[in-house]
Amino acid sequence: MNRRDFIRQSAFTTAGTMLIPQFLKAYEAQAMGQTMAPSGKILVVVQLSGGNDGLNTVVPFRNDIYYRERPTIAIRPENVLKLNDDIGLHPAMTPLKALYDEGLVTVINNVGYPNPDRSHFRSMDIWQTGSDSDQYLQTGWLGRYLDKTDKARPYNALEVDDTLSLALKGDRLNGLAVLDPKKLYNQTRSGLVRNLSQQHDHDHETVGYLYKTLAETVSSAEYVFDKATVRSTMATYPAHELGNRLKTVSQLIQSGVATSVYYVSISGFDTHINQPGQQERLLKQYAEAVGAFMADLKAAGRQNDVMLMTFSEFGRRVKQNASNGTDHGTASNVFLIGGGLPSQRVLNEAPNLSDLTEGDLKYTVDFRQIYATLLRHYLGADDVAILGRRFDALKLV
Amino acid sequence: MDKLTKQQQRKHLLDRAAFGATPAELAEASRQSLPAVVRRLMGRPDTLPELKVVDPETAVTKRGLRGMVRDGQLDRDALKERIRMNAEKVRDLNLQWLDRMASGENALREKMALFWHGHFACRTMGQNPLFMQLYANTLRQHALGTFSDLLMAVSKEPAMLQFLNNQQNRKNAPNENFAREVMELFTLGRGNYTEQDIKEAARAFTGWQFTLDGQFVFRERVHDEGEKTLFGQTGAFRGEDVIRMLLDKPQTARHITAKIYRFFVNETEDKKRVDELAARFRKNGYDMADLMTHIFTADWFYEPQNVGTHIKSPVELLAGMRHTLNITFDQPQPQLFVQRTLGQVLFYPPNVAGWPGGKNWIDSSSLLFRMQLPNYVLKAADVPVRPKEDGDVNTEALARKGGQTFRTTVDWAGFEESFAKTPDADLPDALAAVLLPLPLRAEQRSLIGKPNQPGQTRSERIRALTTALMSLPEYQLT
Repeated sequence: MNRRDFIRQSAFTTAGTMLIPQFLKAYEAQAMGQTMAPSGKILVVVQLSGGNDGLNTVVPFRNDIYYRERPTIAIRPENVLKLNDDIGLHPAMTPLKALYDEGLVTVINNVGYPNPDRSHFRSMDIWQTGSDSDQYLQTGWLGRYLDKTDKARPYNALEVDDTLSLALKGDRLNGLAVLDPKKLYNQTRSGLVRNLSQQHDHDHETVGYLYKTLAETVSSAEYVFDKATVRSTMATYPAHELGNRLKTVSQLIQSGVATSVYYVSISGFDTHINQPGQQERLLKQYAEAVGAFMADLKAAGRQNDVMLMTFSEFGRRVKQNASNGTDHGTASNVFLIGGGLPSQRVLNEAPNLSDLTEGDLKYTVDFRQIYATLLRHYLGADDVAILGRRFDALKLV
Repeated sequence: MDKLTKQQQRKHLLDRAAFGATPAELAEASRQSLPAVVRRLMGRPDTLPELKVVDPETAVTKRGLRGMVRDGQLDRDALKERIRMNAEKVRDLNLQWLDRMASGENALREKMALFWHGHFACRTMGQNPLFMQLYANTLRQHALGTFSDLLMAVSKEPAMLQFLNNQQNRKNAPNENFAREVMELFTLGRGNYTEQDIKEAARAFTGWQFTLDGQFVFRERVHDEGEKTLFGQTGAFRGEDVIRMLLDKPQTARHITAKIYRFFVNETEDKKRVDELAARFRKNGYDMADLMTHIFTADWFYEPQNVGTHIKSPVELLAGMRHTLNITFDQPQPQLFVQRTLGQVLFYPPNVAGWPGGKNWIDSSSLLFRMQLPNYVLKAADVPVRPKEDGDVNTEALARKGGQTFRTTVDWAGFEESFAKTPDADLPDALAAVLLPLPLRAEQRSLIGKPNQPGQTRSERIRALTTALMSLPEYQLT
């Protein structure tokens, strides 16, 4: 069923359309379809939930300490996909290595923040809000990006999921969670939702806020659904959750949806027990999905307009535990892929395993330096206003 | 909105001080005097059933279990099973508390305890159902006593000491986490103390520890007995002294009162009124029953600008819906599913600062889900939504399958009885008066109040109207 058929079948539509106040129609039409980033660049964030073990992802394969501390779970040097003389990728990440060889990948080592927190939810909070570790913020860094952008609309920052992460919640405006544009659209087509979204109560602030959110949801859902069907990608993606979600992202990008930020997550990295098999499976999924995504964008000539950033809330301890796993740690690595960055490189030094804090890696790059760099130099936004202070930019470009 | 009618006033009170009302409760409260209704809401601590999912005598923590493995009393598979059972018991504790909130008994006490759970936010660590059970019962026991007793009791809860790392706070190796949060979040608020105060308070709290069976202990050998100087006073202070000093400060009363005001009265603080309330609170020895009675019997509490301004938290929404229609869930999992999808899981606050609340509850997806919730709950529909996994292996018990299949029992007969004498044409407004904080607007009435479908019985009409009214954005508000 295409959209027009659907509308025809929806009993409330005619009455609903008639009820939309003219001024609102004009406003929606004017604001609709504008991107936020003046450069037209797009950022795709892929979150690895659970604390991905960075040392077995980007392996320091010449480091004796690494092999000494991880007698049963270390990746053997001969299996590592070498990036340079010191470090290489986990063997399950062949598609990512291929992208690296093409010059599309930047690896940033030792990313973390001062006074690291080892609890999942708190550290994820810190990464998503961009706060200090003793500070509690109620808005996310990408939500504040929406807040600080003129005429921003919820769909300018879009999470491919059923629920919205804190990262995309602003003070003034929230991003939009949409797993499947059609499903969201259908949810907003019920007679009740549709009709209510056109009602406005101006003398009651909180009521007004709910109705405004509803109206934005309905118009954003309609906009995304309308746009998403413009072009469908022919590319093949691996048949798992992350593959499907990145396929949706690609489809929306190629259809010209005015979204500057996409957010996707994949879970299961909390590998306290029997890490090797589990991490291998997840990293393989990740690399396959990203490989397919970048191939798809390349075919469409968009690989330089789209940057994919991957992070996890923390890395894991250097020393493995007694259950063939690893416990919560601190600093880890971040990947930047595509976006027109200079070719093939590892941005900074590999982790120093002989200088640890209580068995954990010391960070040398604050994750907010990466945010600041992306906001300022890639998306063209005011990083200081969004992050609350200045962080030194990284020399990415 | 004009001045509230008596029924609207009672509804506002029961929405804020309890988890809403059934039509019968609302009618009864509307016949009684305000002081009488408030007095009844206060309840009595001795009638409060304890939450109980584990027996303190036999409960064994994860660490205890590990010890049993070392001693050969337990093999590894049995250990895994016992840890899983512990996680399940935290889930059961969550559901048991939700049942208490939905029951309507001791409703103000349960509501206050929920408020304190957000204030003294504490998250279960290592799946310890015993510590969370002790913590929750302390909040509920002290919810309407004095804030002084509550603060002291919660600060000595093993769950809290563990969550804020005070077990690691030792003489010569201080950990400041506990001292910092006690000041920043529990009493003074950010900006009302110095880093020096925190350092010195941390030293005073050394030795505040707990045993594995859930007892607070003061361990003198790790306590720093030296002199400490904080807030301009010097002495060989212990933790109790710091708590007393914090209670002496007017800023503590101000901070707590403002938070109570924002939760129970209006998100937008009326500065002068909060100042007056805070002065009264402190003067009366931090008596919370007195403060709450004062608020709920004040004329200003019922002013129209305070009505329909509070966005229900997910737990308030769920407990309220259950209470109003006397709903029971056939299976436990869907209630956790709702909490996870909407972002408030009891015993799993996002961080020590608690749930941000207010407009933070609402975004596109959460609003749509909230508006569809009555359909899921009342019509046993399957839910096409899935909450995020947080990646933590320890929260798997919350995310088990079956959450999306709602099977409920609704006491429609009991609900409908109250409308037996309501003329058909008045049903939309009469039901709205029970379910919504604000009167129906004309366009809403025409949207949901369409005349009877052919062949629709009166009972069917009441059910359809109720579901529609609960699906309105206004149902999210009190």
